[in-house]
Amino acid sequence: MSRVYLDFNATTPVEPEVLDAMLPYFSAEFGNAASIHTPGQTARAAVETAREQVAALIGARAQEIVLTSGGTESDNHAIFGVVTHTILGMRDQENRKHVITTAIEHEAVLNACQALEKEGVAVTYLPVNPDGLIDIERLRSAIQSQTVLITVMHANNELGTVQPLEEIGRIAKERDIYFHTDAVQSTGKLPIDVNGLQVDLLSLSGHKFYAPKGIGALYIRSGTRLRQFLYGGHHQRGFRPGTENVAGIVGLGKAAEIARKLLADDAKRISGLRDELQQGLLQRIPQSRVNGGAAPRTPNTTNLIFPGIEGEALLIALDLKGLACSTGAACSSGAVEPSHVLTAIGLPPEEARASLRFSLGRHTTKKEIDFALQVVPAAVEQLRELSPTYRKVAEAR
Amino acid sequence: MAMNTTQFDTLPERAEIQRGLVAVAMSGGVDSSTVPALLQEQGRPVVGLTMQLWNQRRLPELQGEGPAQHRCCSLDDVYDAKAVAQHLKFPHYVVNFEAQFEERVVRPFVDQYLSGRTPIACTNCNTDVKFEPLLRMARQIGAEWLATGHYARIRKNDSTGRWELLRARDESKDQSYFLWGLSQEQLSRSEFPLGELTKDEVRAVARRAKLPVAEKPESMELCFVPNGNYVQFIQAYSRESGISLHEGAGEIVTENGEVIGRHNGVHEFTIGQRKGLGFAVGRPLYVLSIDQKLNRVVVGDDSALRTTAFEIEDVNWVSCEKPQAPLRAAVKIRHKHEPAPATIEPLDSNRVRVTFDAPQRAITPGQAAVFYDGDRVLGGGWIR
Repeated sequence: MSRVYLDFNATTPVEPEVLDAMLPYFSAEFGNAASIHTPGQTARAAVETAREQVAALIGARAQEIVLTSGGTESDNHAIFGVVTHTILGMRDQENRKHVITTAIEHEAVLNACQALEKEGVAVTYLPVNPDGLIDIERLRSAIQSQTVLITVMHANNELGTVQPLEEIGRIAKERDIYFHTDAVQSTGKLPIDVNGLQVDLLSLSGHKFYAPKGIGALYIRSGTRLRQFLYGGHHQRGFRPGTENVAGIVGLGKAAEIARKLLADDAKRISGLRDELQQGLLQRIPQSRVNGGAAPRTPNTTNLIFPGIEGEALLIALDLKGLACSTGAACSSGAVEPSHVLTAIGLPPEEARASLRFSLGRHTTKKEIDFALQVVPAAVEQLRELSPTYRKVAEAR
Repeated sequence: MAMNTTQFDTLPERAEIQRGLVAVAMSGGVDSSTVPALLQEQGRPVVGLTMQLWNQRRLPELQGEGPAQHRCCSLDDVYDAKAVAQHLKFPHYVVNFEAQFEERVVRPFVDQYLSGRTPIACTNCNTDVKFEPLLRMARQIGAEWLATGHYARIRKNDSTGRWELLRARDESKDQSYFLWGLSQEQLSRSEFPLGELTKDEVRAVARRAKLPVAEKPESMELCFVPNGNYVQFIQAYSRESGISLHEGAGEIVTENGEVIGRHNGVHEFTIGQRKGLGFAVGRPLYVLSIDQKLNRVVVGDDSALRTTAFEIEDVNWVSCEKPQAPLRAAVKIRHKHEPAPATIEPLDSNRVRVTFDAPQRAITPGQAAVFYDGDRVLGGGWIR
């Protein structure tokens, strides 16, 4: 069976060029980047080149990039690192620290914030409007004298909607509050300039832009006071010790370099295909709508609602026909969980369950979009025929 | 309107070699894991579905140390089902029916206990979850049939045109008692490939197919109740859901109304129970009935437990149409009860009156009464 993959927000394949760049560092150039000898220096050089490539993608300086195991580590390090850099005052009601975030963050941020709440930190979860955007005025009024961190994601993984980071950055700067963004879904898809956005901390993950899984980075603006979590050797200035994953880091760097070069062209071509898919599905499937369609979005993502169906059943039906896409988050068993993002944009549970996300990639073709336009409407129709809720809706009309 | 066509219209003949996709309901246990192995031996394409029914992290006060294990819907069981699918190389998905399971199984289970009845959650789960939303999902993802690891048999009676439900060949494993609620349409879409096999034969198939669960021990517990302690579960669930346990404590009385003790809540009792009455009067006493209104447990001698006639409601006729006249059948009143001869008299609105030829012990409201004609399940209903 031919397979069409439209779930690039979940992960991307390693680009062949990236893999080629990585391969020497598994066996031939296997040195430890912390070693003094020549093989060590070769590895060190590769790591530092990659750090520069990552920095260049987001307008940062190489020494501001800490290499991590991925988005989750970067998010946790940024959030816990800022909030707990002094333990004093954690449980002191008078000086209770305060964090502002949004209701639609990735679990890596949400669950980190919830863990902080258990430690006595106050957290504000900003609501979003039906297009998935926060209200800047609400953010402004949520700021307290104890606010130590604002963490707002750049692009949302489920909807693709992009938050107004520049405005948030300006407010954070005015009020002298650290500003972190989870840019896992925007890196390589949208131009990012950490100085233009005025972010102090930014998380990114390699496997979302054609580098391997298990490698990512945290941008930390010079001068930002952040607690370290791992203690060990002198790797990465001792701030994030652990023998460097040289091959992974090289892959991350190479992928960053490619993304920087292709970003504008990719965005144009991919958004064209995405729009074609979205329009085609809206035309072919009665009552379908786009979630978050009016907001600025990443070029590759569209989230549609097909009233009367269970997204879970549609996902399985499509997978059996060779099309991979996604509903909300999966829980540890692999079952679909109600999406906190779709709930936050105001969808009732039955509509949240009737939503499906398609996310395109760099190598998505017109032919693949045509395949999706053929199988999705047919599958939706089949599901609706067997759906008691849709029968009710159809009969009521 | 095209949507109104029944699913029968496209139903292939069962006698033909079935080539359509079969969805298999997989719990991760040896029985349901053997089903895809058997179907594959027949050359049939399968897809595995495992239901996520209950969040084991809920009601944390019921958790022992460490992760939830060896229980239905525990992660271990889901991984076991996945391992079987990977071993036999067919697609497998976990589907989330937590909301339906709570609404149609857990909540009614708790409500019934709190009203002094002794419910059977497995029957509700079969009728209202497995063979309802799961069967529908199987159809929606393109499967023609839903196969499960139940020990029972289905056959089409060509002279009556009805789908019949039969006891399993292996009487010691027979689960037809839990399946009387299935409709003709549900039966027409279902398959029980283990119905002709004994448990030993099933294990042998599992070993032959080298299934990773071939030696897994059987679980007999109610899947959502840790350690089989349903009293604790009902208390924890009621607390979480804000259901009042109607003051809990009440009186234990004899048939004559004489108060002979106190109890901590009617949900701790079931009819016929001797253990746990918490006091001694010099002779064994048994729970005869539970009076929810007065919050009383009525106790008496074993002989008083034996009755002949009772009514059942929500009757579903399976292997025959609703009869117009009284009917003779063997009636089973609990899972481990030997069916006894009785006369079944249809009343109005899906109720019937059952009169046993000889008195039976502990006819318990909330349990099911199932009517058999030999191996055939004629129908069944809930004891009022």
